[in-house]
Amino acid sequence: MKYLAKLLVIFLALSGAARAGLTIDITQGVEGALPIAVVPFGWQGPAMNAPQDIAQIISDDLRRSGLFEPLSRDDMLSRPQDGSQVNYRDWRLLGTPNLVVGRVTASGDNYKIQFQLFDVNRQTQLVGYSFSAAEKDLRRIAHQISDIIYETLTGDKGAFNTRIAYVTSKVWRTNNVRYYALYVADVDGYNAHLVVRSREPIMSPAWSPDGHKLAYVSFEQHRPMIFVQDIFTAERERVAGFRGINSAPAWSPDGTRLAMSLSKDGNSEIYIMRVASSTLQRLTHNRAIDTEPDWSPDGKSLVFTSDRGGQPQIYRISAQGGPVKRLTFEGKYNAKPSYSPDGKRIALINGQDGKFRVAVLELQTGFMQILTNGRLDESPSFAPNGSMIIYATEYLNRGVLAAVSVDGRVQQRIALDEAGDAREPAWGPFLTIK
Amino acid sequence: MRAFTRALAILLPVAMLWGCSTTPTETTAGGAGTGAAVSQPAETGGAAAAGGESMAPGVEVSGVEQGGGFTGSPLDNPNSLLSKRTVYFDFDKSEIKPEARKIIEAHAEYLSNHPSTHIVLEGHTDERGTREYNLGLGERRAKAVQQVMTLLGVSPSQIEVVSYGEERPAAMGHDESAWALNRRVEIVY
Repeated sequence: MKYLAKLLVIFLALSGAARAGLTIDITQGVEGALPIAVVPFGWQGPAMNAPQDIAQIISDDLRRSGLFEPLSRDDMLSRPQDGSQVNYRDWRLLGTPNLVVGRVTASGDNYKIQFQLFDVNRQTQLVGYSFSAAEKDLRRIAHQISDIIYETLTGDKGAFNTRIAYVTSKVWRTNNVRYYALYVADVDGYNAHLVVRSREPIMSPAWSPDGHKLAYVSFEQHRPMIFVQDIFTAERERVAGFRGINSAPAWSPDGTRLAMSLSKDGNSEIYIMRVASSTLQRLTHNRAIDTEPDWSPDGKSLVFTSDRGGQPQIYRISAQGGPVKRLTFEGKYNAKPSYSPDGKRIALINGQDGKFRVAVLELQTGFMQILTNGRLDESPSFAPNGSMIIYATEYLNRGVLAAVSVDGRVQQRIALDEAGDAREPAWGPFLTIK
Repeated sequence: MRAFTRALAILLPVAMLWGCSTTPTETTAGGAGTGAAVSQPAETGGAAAAGGESMAPGVEVSGVEQGGGFTGSPLDNPNSLLSKRTVYFDFDKSEIKPEARKIIEAHAEYLSNHPSTHIVLEGHTDERGTREYNLGLGERRAKAVQQVMTLLGVSPSQIEVVSYGEERPAAMGHDESAWALNRRVEIVY
């Protein structure tokens, strides 16, 4: 049976019938974003052009962060390809204090990518690297360069070389049947890959800390059950198919355990499952709905949603179990908590005045700030560098994804390239550099 | 074309619901595409069907019948409460409303008299709030219906409870009229 399921998933992955990529628009940027020029990279190779426009990918990454304002190519007075060709006066005239130049060189099946970042005012190189990569990895190299530039200029780690998982729901024109699908795409919306598709609902994707696996909930057996799937080999396994609800999977930071919500003992309770042995430890004992667990980054405690006080609110419990502490008091509805990577705050959905919006709760002070202005916002998930939160919202009667910076100043809308609804985004971990 | 397909996807379920009833509490069976059994009021009644010809208004004929006035299964009798298979709830609530209780009682009586018949109680919510919490809420609603049925003598082994949370709306809109139709438990035979 397991073998059959694996075949089905591989078949779907190969059929490539649906490539629901994403398009990202900045809906609100920062006043006084940092000007930067990313000069088109030089190219040496047999073809007319390099397989990827590395400079454009970097430019788009930096613009999307909301913190940078890349110079238009048409405004460039010169197009240097390395430090020796840079005329600093050109860039001072244009008012761009930061300059990126580089070149791509073909050598057999491989490509060599060099880049340098200059401080125009001090006329010095801030950083420079050289990479070697196959054609299929060129976009990834460009994102890595974006990360290096971002970190050099802001002091914070970049999250351009990451992936997101998301769920789509779409009625197919050919047979008028609604399909639910789980996709993985690069965080800039490119390279969308189908993970699993079904006529029954799919929910709650959760990344393993190494970025290799997704846990998710599928109704394919007509009840919500938890599956874990390797996103590269498509191998998958049903890890929880108990009576009742099996849902809300969340990986422990070390990847050895899955927190989940199971109703096998009567109503929804939080459990921790050891992935290797499938042994279960029950954490909560309450007649309320206990669900949506998320691990603190140190792995010592979990936050979760419970309506034990009459309405859904956020609580914290030790990973060993024991007493719970209520964390939210503002508003009648606080749910779906998600820890920031530094463990200092949680993103959540706050419901009041008929609106469900993304809010951030500072754990130290208990201060809560509402970041979005949607009506039906859902599923907040932090970027691994903590700079932005991706979430699901509604736009023109359609389910779309959106992202907001933690200070609320930068906002992006991320829509499917084709008809259908996108929802339940999960921002994956940093990809390890091979 | 895209817009047309989308409009169709929105309009079809709504049209089906309009076709069924005027108010949520009178809806017969679950919304579009849920796979719930929809009763077919194909005949107006045993007597009229037997008569074969049209009759003047106000005229009733009746034979001495062996069974009831409806010759099919009582589950398919459009005049029976058993033909109503959906009960509705308030936002974030699982309390059974009085009109829902009558429907549940009718099904409980039928199930008590037919111990080999099994049902699935499908709990659903509207789209507001978070998906996983709504999964729990849908289950709580279905279990509230289950509890009433078992208190009335239905064997627990006849009832299976499933929650779909907000994942399978009966109406596709994003306003209270759609939400009211989506906060429901469907009784599926």
